[in-house]
Amino acid sequence: MTFNKKYLALAMAAILTVGCSSDEKEGLEDGTQGTDASTSGYSDGSMSGSQFGSGNGFGSGSGSHLGPEFSDPKNPLSKQVIYFELDSSQVKQDYVPVVAAHARYLASHPNQRVILAGNADERGSSEYNIALGEQRAKSVERMMRSQGVGANQLEIVSYGEEKPAVSGSGESAWQQNRRVEVGYQ
Amino acid sequence: MMLLARILIVSALASALSVAQAAGLTIEITKGSQTAVPIAVVPFGQQGSIGNVKLSDVVDSDLGGSGFFKTLPEEDMLTKPNAPDKVNFKDWQVLGQDYMVIGQVVGNGGNYNIEFHLFNVHNGQLLMGYRFTAGANELRRAGHHISDLIYEKLTGRKGSFNTRIAYVTSTPRANGKQYMLQVADADGFNPRTIAESPEPIMAPAWSPDGSKIAYVSFHTKRSEIFIQTLATGQRESVSSYHGINGAPAFSPDGGRLAITLSKDGSPDVYVLNLANRGLTRLTNGMSIDTEPSWSPDGNNIVFTSDQGGKPQLYVVPSSGGKANRITFQGDYNARGRFSADGRSLAMVTGNGGDYRIAVMDMASKTVNVLTGGRLDESPSFSPNGSMVLYAANRGGKSTLSMASTDGAMQQKLAFESGEVREPAWAP
Repeated sequence: MTFNKKYLALAMAAILTVGCSSDEKEGLEDGTQGTDASTSGYSDGSMSGSQFGSGNGFGSGSGSHLGPEFSDPKNPLSKQVIYFELDSSQVKQDYVPVVAAHARYLASHPNQRVILAGNADERGSSEYNIALGEQRAKSVERMMRSQGVGANQLEIVSYGEEKPAVSGSGESAWQQNRRVEVGYQ
Repeated sequence: MMLLARILIVSALASALSVAQAAGLTIEITKGSQTAVPIAVVPFGQQGSIGNVKLSDVVDSDLGGSGFFKTLPEEDMLTKPNAPDKVNFKDWQVLGQDYMVIGQVVGNGGNYNIEFHLFNVHNGQLLMGYRFTAGANELRRAGHHISDLIYEKLTGRKGSFNTRIAYVTSTPRANGKQYMLQVADADGFNPRTIAESPEPIMAPAWSPDGSKIAYVSFHTKRSEIFIQTLATGQRESVSSYHGINGAPAFSPDGGRLAITLSKDGSPDVYVLNLANRGLTRLTNGMSIDTEPSWSPDGNNIVFTSDQGGKPQLYVVPSSGGKANRITFQGDYNARGRFSADGRSLAMVTGNGGDYRIAVMDMASKTVNVLTGGRLDESPSFSPNGSMVLYAANRGGKSTLSMASTDGAMQQKLAFESGEVREPAWAP
């Protein structure tokens, strides 16, 4: 089948009618002239970025002032990560003595502060995991408070699934990421 | 199921504002639709200098990725006409095509004169013909615009090709990671970094007019919610309470922000009035209540709660009142997001340890699982409701993917390096 001449004339007429009378032409041209705020942001490059600095928060302590008991593998104080089961914020039995050791230390050093940073594995929804991480940190906080640690010594933050200790997927990585880190300041 | 191994690789242009990564991007269709309508997008004729953008490739990729169309590979085309009088419809009938698009681009002193025609291959009828001008750097937008016109002509629904998405990337650095909040075209091209930090950035949410993005930043090592105006880069802290400041969601009128705060104990959903900073608390109790999202009429808020033991979705009036549970299938349903017409709700649904994206029909409460990944999260509807954008973790690396809401089509947007998460489709 070859292209019908009569049809061609009709087709071109349609193009010219549509092309000239529609606002499509204006729509795209306007974009380049920047009359539309969102479009002009792109075409003239005025959409601006922001740089957050680092380290202006409270979490800059390194814990380097701590005594040798914190690096003695036989001392529970050397363990500064508490692990959790899936979708649970209950401190596992194995880690109750670890939390207790930190609580004893903190109760006897009332000027020492720690940040309890709650974390979750990558499964499920990220904001729900923020909540889950906070509940884990709060479980540790409650245990410590009940053992005489002052409220002003404990700060809580949750990073949810945003800061995995171990990258990658699978039960072994997930186990290591469901955790609360006890960060001496 | 048909698998299209069509891969398109294009280097995105780095502008003065897009940082470091001139992100190389791969769009890969991972699941094709059997019922898709065959359409041939013939490579457009080109005259004069038109740079690196092939307009017909943009159109081909848009239509092929929509789930509604199946495009014809260029190597299967017998001829490549650019003008109507050069088309022999028999050539396209024997290839099983229903529709075809031809066109040309003429470079004209920094502007481009563009012309295209859409034909019904069976009867040779001209369905649409347009001629228009696009400015410098507007060629991809012009291509998306053509795709929108064709999509609407043939489906009766508005296209969502000329839209934007926001997402968060994270890239390893010497002492941790660098997090970047980026805005790009809906196909992942033209990324711009609008905020970056060595601490996590989360939960970007668009204002209804697309001019602002609310997000969570941990740059002070605490969570804090910011609203940033895209045109100026100006940002304002709107929530920095003790505990969680999370999950922002603009009300449809733009005047309020639903957020999650844990300042009073467990995480609860609040509504923040942006004019006077007044807070209304919507949920109570010891449970986790989070991930609020507004119904399009502004009357209701859907949120995730574990008050029944496991995370499920509930709906509460945005002015306060009793919450009603709306999900009952599976042991994990979270992060509900309404479609623009309010008829559908996208969510993360967990079953047997796999987390997938599902869409619930609000009238019948029927749930349709769209994806087959193990770690899919953060669903968000295209403005026309035909696609859901989400984050998928494959092989330990998070990438963005899209699925058509009928489940027929899936495509992956893979960035060259780093992780890409937390996508949000602009209104």
